[in-house]
Amino acid sequence: MPIRLTIFSLIEQIAAEQKIKIQPLRDELLLSESGLDSLCFAILVARLEDKLGYDPFATSGDISFPVTLGDFVGFYENASH
Amino acid sequence: MLWGLNDAVALADLLDGTVLDQADIAGRSIVLTTHDQLAAAQALVALDGTARRIVLCPPDLPLTYLAAIAADAEADAIVTDREETDFAGHDLPPRMACKGPLQPSQAAAPIVTEWVLLTSGTTGVPKMVVHSLAALTGAIRPPRAGDAPPIWATFYDIRRYGGLQILLRALFGNGSMILSETGEPVSDHLHRLAAHGVTYISGTPSHWRRALMSSDCNAIAPRYVRLSGEIADQTILDALKRQYPRAAIGHAYASTEAGVGFEVNDGLEGFPADLLHSDGDPAFKVVDGTLRIRSRRTASRYLGSASQALTDEDGFIDSGDFVTERNGRCYFVGRRGGVINVGGMKVHPEEVEQVINRHAAVKMSLVSARRNPITGAIVVADVVLHDPAVLGEASDALKQDILAFCRAALPVHKVPAAVKFVPSLEMTPAGKLVRQNA
Repeated sequence: MPIRLTIFSLIEQIAAEQKIKIQPLRDELLLSESGLDSLCFAILVARLEDKLGYDPFATSGDISFPVTLGDFVGFYENASH
Repeated sequence: MLWGLNDAVALADLLDGTVLDQADIAGRSIVLTTHDQLAAAQALVALDGTARRIVLCPPDLPLTYLAAIAADAEADAIVTDREETDFAGHDLPPRMACKGPLQPSQAAAPIVTEWVLLTSGTTGVPKMVVHSLAALTGAIRPPRAGDAPPIWATFYDIRRYGGLQILLRALFGNGSMILSETGEPVSDHLHRLAAHGVTYISGTPSHWRRALMSSDCNAIAPRYVRLSGEIADQTILDALKRQYPRAAIGHAYASTEAGVGFEVNDGLEGFPADLLHSDGDPAFKVVDGTLRIRSRRTASRYLGSASQALTDEDGFIDSGDFVTERNGRCYFVGRRGGVINVGGMKVHPEEVEQVINRHAAVKMSLVSARRNPITGAIVVADVVLHDPAVLGEASDALKQDILAFCRAALPVHKVPAAVKFVPSLEMTPAGKLVRQNA
């Protein structure tokens, strides 16, 4: 499954588990306005590490957290190379 | 009688026999390190009352620590059944052969011997904890007249506090004991216990979960099943009651430092909160969430150059075990060193494990921290299933079911972010689950 789809489906799964209503997922969506809280992002990063086998936050040193969902997807896509 | 793997030795024989090959141990400080558990038991019986101090080394103690332990114990001799070549390169006191049966050469009036135990579960040189035989046996009641002599067994090694308690119960109860054997398969151990007719048996909840995974647990029919060393949750207590319906199931709260605090025999997890409000001996209180104990059964002090105080100014030992009170009952929730910090929220791995273990498909679980860029750490779980054959396509669905089960019982930050199915969980030599921060 492409990384983008993996991320989108995990976000929807986590939002459903946490009973959180989220905005429609699109690249321009600001993560801060997505409806996901920090615990949801923490779970997302942990599950992505299990699915993809890597955690770009752990390996990329001093980075700032992505601002939009598109940034977030790109961050994982870049780290896969 | 004491039964080792290949030996049967009558207790009365222990004090009859050859002399230690170095003549005089009277009043000496002795470090006892043996391969063989039975040799250690014999040496303990022989040395108590004669030696000034016995330091009892667990079987897995790295020999590199022995010099520091011997120095801190001001040891005059190492009593051992090991080959001399084992000690090559270590700067140690003279060795005495521990070849049973042992008898001290001088029949002087007995003295009060310090029994020094080493702590488990820490990294680096273990702490040395000073007990007396009176403290070690303080919770042991004399056998009731008319009771058949108990045949004790334990999954522990007798060179640790939990196992030593059982050895002393066997000795003081005019009973027998079947020793464990490092590396012996669980099924062989259970059949050996069955062959000798075990009636009383103890181990950690992890030991018991492992035993119950073997169909050979049907081989034994104990009258008393005892748990200690880890939190005994309701799931394991109920599983043991189903397996051994005619047995009394009890769990003891004990540690190397605090000794035997109390025993709970009502079949329920936790303990009555009344214990906290009794002012007897032992006395208990909860300060900053952890259980504190003062009693005649606790150790007296730590030994060694870098040792810290064992008790507070009122004589209470901080167990480091967090308890919470609900409806008149106290429950253990975890250990101070094991707390996971999820974005500033504290999680005790044990409280999450207790929930996971209640799921019908789960045999046992280990909850740990995984570092996380958002919350610093997040909770993850390794899970052993009753029946690993259900995996395959059902794996994801079962994970979701276990997580849903957790969400129904726990606040969101305590629910594992990820569940992994594993074939088994590693156990320490002391029979406890291996934890990151143990």
